[in-house]
Amino acid sequence: MQEKDIYNELSSIRNLMERSTKFISLSGLSGVLAGIYALIGAFIGYKLVDSDFGELDYKDQYVTEPRVLLELFLIAVTVLLLSLLTCIFLTIRQARKRGENFWNPVSQRLVVNMSIPLFTGGLFMLILLFQGSYGIIAPASLIFYGLSLIAGSQFTFSDVKWLGYCQIIIGLAAMLFPAYSILFWMMGFGLLHIIYGSVMHFKYKQ
Amino acid sequence: MNVSLEEFDKAFENRIRLQIMSVLVANDRYDFNSLKELLNVTDGNLASHLKALEKEDYISVNKTFLGRKPNTQYAASDNGRHAFKKHLQALENLIKQQRK
Repeated sequence: MQEKDIYNELSSIRNLMERSTKFISLSGLSGVLAGIYALIGAFIGYKLVDSDFGELDYKDQYVTEPRVLLELFLIAVTVLLLSLLTCIFLTIRQARKRGENFWNPVSQRLVVNMSIPLFTGGLFMLILLFQGSYGIIAPASLIFYGLSLIAGSQFTFSDVKWLGYCQIIIGLAAMLFPAYSILFWMMGFGLLHIIYGSVMHFKYKQ
Repeated sequence: MNVSLEEFDKAFENRIRLQIMSVLVANDRYDFNSLKELLNVTDGNLASHLKALEKEDYISVNKTFLGRKPNTQYAASDNGRHAFKKHLQALENLIKQQRK
C-alpha cells in the first residue's frame, strides 16, 4: 500500500465522519434576511407603540392596551414565520445544489436539538404574556434562542455556537437594562444575524 | 514503497466497508437509505457489505417498520469499534514507519 493511498483512505474516513455528523447546507443568506425581517418588524412595532402613546422613552414597558399588544404579537409571529420559511427554503436550495438530501439523520438531529430549548422558551414566553410580564419577553427570547443555537451547533458549522453565546450575552444585558431591551433585541436578532449571515456566506463561499 | 497488509483487518480491505464503519463509529446509528445516499452506492452493493460486517459481528442490525416501509437501522458494536480503532492505528503506524 502506498503512503498516498493511506492518506487518501484517512481523508475519506475523516470526510465521511464529518459529513455524517454535521449538516452544512445551512444558508448564510437566510441569516441576513432573518436579520432584516427582525429590524423591519421591530421598527413597525416601535412606530405602532409610538403613535399610540406619543412619548418616546421606555414605552415598551408601559404598553398594556390589548389591541396594541395583539398587533405587536402578530408582528412578532410574522417575523418568526417569515424567517423560518426563508431559512427552510434557502437551506433546501443549498442542499440541492450540493447534491445532499436536506432531510437526513443529521438535519433531523439538528432540528430536534434546537427545538427543545426553542419550544421551552416559546411556552415560557407565552406564560409570561398571560401573566402580563411583558418586560422579560425580549431578554427571554434572546436567551432561549442562544441556548437553542448552542444545542444545535454540534450538528452543523461550529460558528453557530458563537452566535449562540453572543445572543445569550445580549439577552442578559437586555435583562439588566430593561429600558433598552428593544434595542438589545434589535441588536441580537437584527444586527447579529446580518453579521453572522454575511460571514458565513463569504467564509463558506455559498 | 509497498508494505505488508498483515496487520490490517481483512474486513476493512474493502473501501466501502471501511466507509460504512466510519459513519457508524461517528454516529449512534444510521439507517440504510441515508447510508446509501451518503456513500453513493447501490442497494445491492451496500447490502452485501453490510451483511459482511454483520457476519464479523462488527455491526448490529435493528429492523423495524415505519408504516409499511422497512426501516433498518445499523449501529457499530463494541467489537466493531475496537476493530476500527485498531485498523486506524495500523494505518497510522504505517505512516510513521515510512517517515523513518
